[in-house]
Amino acid sequence: MAERDVVFRVKRYRPESGGKPTYQEYRIPYRDDMVVLDGLNYIKDQVDPTLTYRWSCRMGICGSCGANVNGQPRLTCGTYIRDVHRGAVTIDPLANFPILKDLVVDFDDFLEKLASVTPYIVREESTDLTKEFVQYPEDVEAYRQQSLCINCMLCYAACPVFGASPEFVGPAASALALRYIRDTRDEGSDQRLARLNTKSGVWECTFVGECSVVCPKNVDPAAAIQTLKVLATMRHMRRLLMPGAASR
Amino acid sequence: MERAAFDIVIVGGGAAGLRAAIAAAQSDLDLSIAVVSKVYPMRSHTVSAEGGTAAVLRDYDSLELHALDTIKGSDFLADQDAVEFFVARCPKEILQLDHWGCPWSRDPDGRVSQRAFGGMSVKRTVFAADKVGFHILHTLFQTSMKFENIHRFDEYFVTSLIVDGGVCAGVIAIDLRGGRLVAINGKATILATGGCGRVYEFTTNGFIKTGDGMALAYRAGVPLKDMEMVQFHPTCLPGTGILITEAARGEGGYLINKEGERYMQRYLPTKMELGPRDILSRSMIQEIKAGRAFEGPYGPYLGLDLRHLGAATIDKQLPMVRELAEKYMGLDPIHEPIPVRPGQHYMMGGVSTNSTGETTLPGLYAVGETACVSINGANRLGSNSLSECLVFGEWCGLAAAQYAKQRVAYPRGTATRETLRREEARVFDGLMGRERGKETLAGVRVEMQQLMERDVGIFRDEAGLADACGQLAKLRDRFSSVGLADKDRVFNTEMTGVLELDFMLDVAASIAHSALNRRESRGAHSRTDFPARDDANYLKHTLAYRTDGAPRIDYSPVKITKWQPVARTY
Repeated sequence: MAERDVVFRVKRYRPESGGKPTYQEYRIPYRDDMVVLDGLNYIKDQVDPTLTYRWSCRMGICGSCGANVNGQPRLTCGTYIRDVHRGAVTIDPLANFPILKDLVVDFDDFLEKLASVTPYIVREESTDLTKEFVQYPEDVEAYRQQSLCINCMLCYAACPVFGASPEFVGPAASALALRYIRDTRDEGSDQRLARLNTKSGVWECTFVGECSVVCPKNVDPAAAIQTLKVLATMRHMRRLLMPGAASR
Repeated sequence: MERAAFDIVIVGGGAAGLRAAIAAAQSDLDLSIAVVSKVYPMRSHTVSAEGGTAAVLRDYDSLELHALDTIKGSDFLADQDAVEFFVARCPKEILQLDHWGCPWSRDPDGRVSQRAFGGMSVKRTVFAADKVGFHILHTLFQTSMKFENIHRFDEYFVTSLIVDGGVCAGVIAIDLRGGRLVAINGKATILATGGCGRVYEFTTNGFIKTGDGMALAYRAGVPLKDMEMVQFHPTCLPGTGILITEAARGEGGYLINKEGERYMQRYLPTKMELGPRDILSRSMIQEIKAGRAFEGPYGPYLGLDLRHLGAATIDKQLPMVRELAEKYMGLDPIHEPIPVRPGQHYMMGGVSTNSTGETTLPGLYAVGETACVSINGANRLGSNSLSECLVFGEWCGLAAAQYAKQRVAYPRGTATRETLRREEARVFDGLMGRERGKETLAGVRVEMQQLMERDVGIFRDEAGLADACGQLAKLRDRFSSVGLADKDRVFNTEMTGVLELDFMLDVAASIAHSALNRRESRGAHSRTDFPARDDANYLKHTLAYRTDGAPRIDYSPVKITKWQPVARTY
């Protein structure tokens, strides 16, 4: 495979050296089968060991290696250099998150939001652990799409609402809330919808839809949020019409 | 925080670590549990497991048969009491995960589906499409959020165990964001850091699989068991090493050579593509040597042919296989065979433990791929490892909880502060102070990986192994002059890279020396100079102990309950 050169323009930020984030340019050789992550690894191993970024699985499932590539949130392990370079590839940390160092950003806020939507099965009564639930293939299909979220945070980096209002629960946490609401084994919809029917909940979303565009796993959080708006409204109406009635 | 104390400290947030954390947390809400991970837990390498997790759930199957398949697969090196314990507890874990919301694939009648897997006599492997590890990990991680007594230390890199008066008292870790060392004391400590695939050049393992837990225990005097038993998975994408799941063959996929022939008929006609991994990987190498492989930019490869399965089956049962083939090979498996070759995948060996995860160091436990109980012996069957993480994760979590409750006092501060000072001197004053010279981190790492690949791979012999042992000792010397360019304390991944290489050099030496000393062929350990299994001399576990020089090799007996070793024929 023929090797050519490409310039990686990488955002650098080193808190201990002070100062503002700046771009550093690296000219590196690449082949057509190299992804952006391969380029970063080449720089780390051969050129500049101080370059800092996260990665692990290099197969698009661990969610570690997200970055803004030419302004678009992408998994660097799934983005071929040949597809994005125009002489240069510009790599920034994922937008909308605090930068810790170079391309490494802080996701702790997301984990708190995820915890806030009760991301686990809730059941009123204890169930018989010696039996499996009956769940038909179509029942699994109902929540499968949302269950595919790898928490890569590309959707948050793409979301202008999250950028402007960091308290917004955001696309991935919303999609995962819907994932449990749609699970026939779960009875916790009410508390999730109560959480999402708040100022920082799904009503913040103005349906820009960028989250679904950048999602590498086709989770479609934008559609999930619209569904949650409907469900939250229905819950609200039900509570007005039938006070005291438990809603599932 | 310079020092915190918990009842249980768990290193690693993959399936084994999280299952242990939940078991302990649930057993007593007053117990405090720390999960210390060098990555956010949902990044753990469990996420990459694809094909499934084994359990006896149907009338056509039996615990006896699962045990026998596992023991035969292990080439009789598994401890049979541990295997019996394991198979009996697998079904409960599947149901437990069902109750925690794992999206298992289902049959039309609403029951959990099961598929065929290599070396399993019947359809026994439970799955969630072909993203089983991903779904198990996220189910466990999200479920762990329910427990207020589980405290996470995300992105804390453990550098050392704390040992106080012959008892493990927790860990020293670098808080990567704060760039400082902290002591996390525990009455009990569980190592659940997974495998060490990155000691090899061509591996399915993620970048983070550097044997940290194995090395931590090894350095504290705990032996590593059966480290020569390294699993090579037959179907990895050339170039990257990305895994294509065995479920592709479980669903009916063929392996073909360049003549389009299903070449397994030459090696294992009764099982064909559903033989155990050690046999399949060796068969591939033999096909390559016979000149019947395809040639590609990354060397010879064979074909994994799914075309006859059809689009519907591929999309429903193997969506990730299609996704990976399209993304990383630029081909659609509905229309073209996938290029594959064997690559390092899993460590049967690991920190020597008993069935409850106890090591020889009181207060220290190990579980999952990090540990060697041993249920996998000389060759693990596909889909037994996720089950192992779940079964022994729970059991180890409960055992550690029991142990912690019996110990009234938290570890004392003296040994902890002393270890913290020692690690500060070693890591931040020592390693970080080293200037860059002619040895580089990447240079030493790549040489280690290449020599392991060449001399401690699928086929081995005395000369190659002896050479590898010598080369590893030289690399250890050269490692001491690897310097660092990054002098910042915050999120210093060059520093963690050096610490990981330090761990890997220890682990690699234990693998090479264990392999050199086992002069027979058994399971995944194939000696061309000793091609037969030798029960008279080697029906025993290897134990590698760390010394200042070469590892000291010792042995321990294999526990046989009711299956006497016989020739392993299929």
